[in-house]
Amino acid sequence: MKKEIIIAGFGGQGVLSMGKILAYSGLLEGKEVTWMPAYGPEQRGGTANVTVQISDKKISSPILKFYDIAIVLNQPSMDKFEERVKPGGILIYDSNGMTRKPTRKDISVYCIDATDKAIEMGAQKTFNMIVVGGLLKADPMVKTENVMLALKKSLPERHHKLLPANEEAMKVGMEIIKKEN
Amino acid sequence: MEEIKLMKGNEAIAHAAIRCGTDGYFGYPITPQSEVMETLMDEAPWNTTGMVVLQAESEVAAINMVYGGAACGKKVMTSSSSPGMSLKQEGVSYIAGAELPCLLVNVMRGGPGLGTIQPSQADYFQTVKGGGHGDYRLITLAPSTVQEMADFVDLGFELAFRYNNPAMILADGIVGQMMEKVVLPPFKPRRTNDEVRKQCPWGTMGKTDDRERNIITSLALEADVMEATNNRLQAKYRIIEEKEVLFEEQNCEDADYVFVAFGSAARLCGNAMDALREQGFKVGLLRPITLWPFPTKRIAELAQKAKGFMSVELSAGQMVEDVRLAVNGKVPVTFHGRMGGNIPSAEEIIEKFKENFNLK
Repeated sequence: MKKEIIIAGFGGQGVLSMGKILAYSGLLEGKEVTWMPAYGPEQRGGTANVTVQISDKKISSPILKFYDIAIVLNQPSMDKFEERVKPGGILIYDSNGMTRKPTRKDISVYCIDATDKAIEMGAQKTFNMIVVGGLLKADPMVKTENVMLALKKSLPERHHKLLPANEEAMKVGMEIIKKEN
Repeated sequence: MEEIKLMKGNEAIAHAAIRCGTDGYFGYPITPQSEVMETLMDEAPWNTTGMVVLQAESEVAAINMVYGGAACGKKVMTSSSSPGMSLKQEGVSYIAGAELPCLLVNVMRGGPGLGTIQPSQADYFQTVKGGGHGDYRLITLAPSTVQEMADFVDLGFELAFRYNNPAMILADGIVGQMMEKVVLPPFKPRRTNDEVRKQCPWGTMGKTDDRERNIITSLALEADVMEATNNRLQAKYRIIEEKEVLFEEQNCEDADYVFVAFGSAARLCGNAMDALREQGFKVGLLRPITLWPFPTKRIAELAQKAKGFMSVELSAGQMVEDVRLAVNGKVPVTFHGRMGGNIPSAEEIIEKFKENFNLK
C-alpha cells in the first residue's frame, strides 16, 4: 500500500493539521509516513499545502510532482493540483468559493461541501475533520478509530473535550461527500 | 522500547540535544530552523537536566557563547540557517583554531544574501571548504531523515569531543520542516563537573594547585608557533579523513551510473533511481553522510567500473567538484541542481539524467 496525497487550501483552514492527523494515523498502523509542508512565505488567507505519504515501504522523496489523491479547498489549489493527480487517482474539492468544477475525466472526482456544513453545524473549527471523513469514505486508507487516536495524541489535553465534536464531524463528512465522476 | 514519535527534523534535534546530555544551547531565531529553539523553550530542560537554553542577542553573540562554553569542556551547541551561519563564521574559525569541541547545526535556506526561506544546499562550500578564515575543517554530517536529525546530535558531539573539533549537522529546510517517524535516543545524564574535568583536562574550569593554567586561544603571533599549530591540526584532519568517513549506498554493486547526492537531494534521487531501474537502467545511489571527510576513496573505487556519475544538489553545483576530484577524469561526472528554494522533481532528475548521458 502506498498513498501519495496533497492537501491544499487557504492558510488557517487546518490543512497542515489535517495532514498531520493522517500521517499520525498511518504511523499508528505501523506504516512509513512523511509529512512535508510547503513552508514558503505563506500567510493567513494565502495558500497552504502539505504532502502526506503513507506506505508499507520506506519512502524516498518527501516531495512529489504527481499524487494519488488531491484534496483542494480553494480555487488556486484546484488550478494547481487538478492536473497533477495521477490517472485513475482521486480529486476531492469543496465547492465553497470555487469558480469552476474540475474538468478531468480520467480520475474520480468527489465534492464535499464541508465549509457550508461546518457553518450549519455551528462548528467551523471541525471543518478539516469533515474533510478527513470525506477522504476516508472515498479511500479508507486508515481506520477511523486510529484517526481518533491520532487526534487525541496530537491535541493537547486541554482540548480533549473537543474530541467528540471532531468524531461527529468525521462521520458527517463520510455522509455528505458526493461522487461526481 | 522507546515510543515511535511523529515530529519535524528541527524538533528531533531539540529533543535529542536534551537527551544526550547537552549542557547549553545558544541560538538566535531564523526560518527554517526556528523550531529547534522553540522546542527547547517548550521542553524547558533547565528544570530537568539543568541544560541552559538561551536566545542570544545576535548570532555573533550565540557563537561566542558556544566558544566560551566549549572552552570549559561543556557540551554546547548552536543552530541557525544560512545567513545566520554566515554571521557565525568568525567564531567557528576561532573555535576550530582553539581546538574546541562543539556542535553546530545549519538548516540551509536559499541564498546568497538574505535569500529565501525555502530549502537549499548551497552552503556546502561554506561548510566543507571553510566559511571562516584559515586552514580548518568541520566534521560535517548530512542527515536525510528525521531519524538522522535525532541520531546525529549525539554522533556529532561524540566526534567533536573525540577530535576536539567543531562538528556540523548540515541539514536543509526539507529535513528540518518535514515530519517523519522517529525513535528518540535514550537519556544520558549531563556530565558532572568532575567528569568534565577528567574528559577535558585542557578546559578552563578553574585552576587547581597541581597544574599550570590552561590557556585557550587561537592566537600565536610567532610564525613558527602558528605553523606548528597548523601542522597539528592537519595531522588531526588526516586521521579524521582516514577513520570517520560515512556513506550509504543503494544499488551501487552493478551500477552503470551512480547518483551522488546528500541530505534531501538523496531522497529525491531515490525516487528517480527506482523509476530508472524499472526502465532498465542500472542506476545506483551513493549518499555521503559525512561531507567532510568525503567518501573520496569509495567514489574512486566505483569509478573503476561505472560509466558515469551525476551529482544532484539544491545548488549551482558544489559537491560535484569533490565528486570530480574523486573520479579524477576516469568517467564523465555530470550535474543537475535547482536553486533559490526550488526542488527538482524525480521526473526532472530522470530527464536530466538521460540528457546528461545521451540515453533514451
